[in-house]
Amino acid sequence: MQELDTARQASVRVNRKSDNRVVIEKDLMTEQMVLAMGPQHPSTHGVLKLECFTDGEVITEAIPCLGYLHRCFEKTCERVDYPAVVPYTDRLDYLAAMNSEFAYAIAVEKLLDIEIPRRVEFIRVIVAELNRIASHLVAIGTYGIDLGAFTPFLFCFRDREIILGLLEWASGARMLYNYIWIGGLAYDVPSDFLKRVKEFVAYFRPKAVELCNLLTENEIFVKRTWGIGIMPADVAINYGWSGPMLRGSGVQWDLRRNDPYSIYPELDFKVPVPDGKSSVVGDCLSRHLVRAYEMDESLKIIEQCLDKIPSSEGFNSRSAIPKRIRPKAGEVYGRAENPRGELGFYIESDGKSTKPIRCKARSSCFVNLSAMKDMSKGQLIPDLVAIIGSIDIVLGEVDR
Amino acid sequence: MTLTALSQFSLPFLMGSGLNVWSETLVGFNVWGLPLGLIILAAIPLVFIALYSLTYGVYGERKISAFMQDRLGPMDVGKWGILQTIADILKLIQKEDIVPTSADKFLFVIGPGILFVASFLAYAVLPFSSAFIGANLNVGLYYAIGIVALEVVGILAAGWGSNNKWALYGAVRSVAQIVSYEIPAAIALLCGAMMAGTLDMQQISILQSGEYGFAHFYLFQSPIAWLPFLIYFIASLAEVNRAPFDIPEAESELVAGYFTEYSGMKFAVIFLAEYGSMFMVSAIISVVFLGGWNSPLPNIGSLALNTWTNGPVWGAFWMIMKGFFFIFVQMWLRWTLPRLRVDQLMYLCWKVLTPFAFISFVLTAIWEIYVP
Repeated sequence: MQELDTARQASVRVNRKSDNRVVIEKDLMTEQMVLAMGPQHPSTHGVLKLECFTDGEVITEAIPCLGYLHRCFEKTCERVDYPAVVPYTDRLDYLAAMNSEFAYAIAVEKLLDIEIPRRVEFIRVIVAELNRIASHLVAIGTYGIDLGAFTPFLFCFRDREIILGLLEWASGARMLYNYIWIGGLAYDVPSDFLKRVKEFVAYFRPKAVELCNLLTENEIFVKRTWGIGIMPADVAINYGWSGPMLRGSGVQWDLRRNDPYSIYPELDFKVPVPDGKSSVVGDCLSRHLVRAYEMDESLKIIEQCLDKIPSSEGFNSRSAIPKRIRPKAGEVYGRAENPRGELGFYIESDGKSTKPIRCKARSSCFVNLSAMKDMSKGQLIPDLVAIIGSIDIVLGEVDR
Repeated sequence: MTLTALSQFSLPFLMGSGLNVWSETLVGFNVWGLPLGLIILAAIPLVFIALYSLTYGVYGERKISAFMQDRLGPMDVGKWGILQTIADILKLIQKEDIVPTSADKFLFVIGPGILFVASFLAYAVLPFSSAFIGANLNVGLYYAIGIVALEVVGILAAGWGSNNKWALYGAVRSVAQIVSYEIPAAIALLCGAMMAGTLDMQQISILQSGEYGFAHFYLFQSPIAWLPFLIYFIASLAEVNRAPFDIPEAESELVAGYFTEYSGMKFAVIFLAEYGSMFMVSAIISVVFLGGWNSPLPNIGSLALNTWTNGPVWGAFWMIMKGFFFIFVQMWLRWTLPRLRVDQLMYLCWKVLTPFAFISFVLTAIWEIYVP
């Protein structure tokens, strides 16, 4: 509340008249208005509530209020067996369920110390990268909606639909897959799946260019995002940001490169960061551009995987899955690069039970959102919407 | 003679100059002293307003947006979903009429009414054809510019009366926006009025008729007319709160702006007023710069296209078609562009459009004085 007082003082002007008499003038605005943005608001991307203190249209402070979607994920994990946690991880970041499963599988496999068949790793990377594209498509499409452009959203969803169709074909579900299991996969991919993925890659490249022409290169779009919500790299690191948000601030940090897992070391891809020419480093436009470029990199990764993937002859996707998962006593932290940043699972085992005694999820959305207060100070309400959109939160992961 | 004129109404007959004969006869068609023919002619635009605004404006918007977004749009109610809007209206009529407990009841109820009346008042001076104009004022253009401003009162009443912070934001934004954009809009229209030398809408249309069709339109009559034309088009988008200037109702920022709290028929009335205003500004721009009810087709040698396609009923057709065209452009823009920010909107108005409007004003004046 102290900040509010200083803000209030700022709107009081001290004038000195010619006879040296001090006159205190008050600006037109003397009262702060508290504006509850959400939990039912079209552009808070779910049930986020922002308590905004506004002076006219200028925001003096915006405080995120969380917890509307809390589902006791961590407590539930202590009650179920290791494999049964996988469907719950789907429901964290429901737009990138494959990536969440992937991160959890990595953590438990690290704890169990088991070897995974190579084809499984390739399929995992393919589906995870497909899901990353789908997730970024939602992020970019909804960002367009936040800024008033409705059409790009439907273009994005049209293309995302194809990815969802592919993943449904592989796993049987459209969004919450339960496909990547500890030590393997639920099923091998269908026989024509890889061919269809190849077709999708060929189909999607021109569509990404179209999307870029429609939205990213639009003058109004650039004006709305240029220099808005700038986050310097050091502050971003101090906040613990990760993923496209951190890369948007100019830090070349990608877990697929910096803490490689699975088969990522064998693959050739770039980690895009803004160059400072087409955007101000750390602003909303940079974050948007990073996502747009990442889709392209994901396509490259998928193409390489399709070339290198071992054949399905004599392959059993469940061959490495332990009969009974009872890890040695100990603890592990496994993490993976999700579309929204680093998703990590800290798992503790007592060596006797088939259930984790502690399973903590480190969610990137939660961490990224915590900087909201810093970024929103002094911005206009439309800018606040642009900033929330650029964080690309999924409330399922924020509240868990 | 009179009834036979009506019975000649057939499609091949409409194609030639027969329609002109027919409509001229219709104007003189009296039954017991009542100008029935004139009433029929007058009913054309009125029926059109009701039909268009209520159903086909909304239907058109949905279909056009669907076309631009790789969708089908409404398909279920009627063939190609033609009856969708009627179904929507039936639903809205059935809805409970809710007035929030903490709202200012009087303002809340009267807001949509003012909005609706204001947007349709300007229709009085729109010349729909050479035979029909609601009120042939000698200051018609002035009246049309002025009466639009009344919408602000309705919006402010709705926004303030709702007792909702989002609605208040929308209302305040809207007032700032409409009042600002009226200046470049009015100056741009003044350029057209200057070329005509009159503010009488019917007279402006008559002055743009001629056998070369579109060449007589003011847009093509002077080398600088495109500038006020463009300025008025942009400013009119802002005046009727259409994208990219739909800031008062920015759904991603202000939920629904000044009509956040409205539901049922009151919401429908606000919606209707929006589509009414859309056609109104489109009609004004067509009258001032694109010849109003004049046919754009020229007479080419012995092919007297212009003569064939001019007349009271053809006039209504051209007027409505020109209005439709601009509405289509408005929708096209809406489904393509993102939304400007409040300060960018004001910047555009005061630092870009207004200076250019003055420049075009001066240039038009010079052109009109020194070039015969």
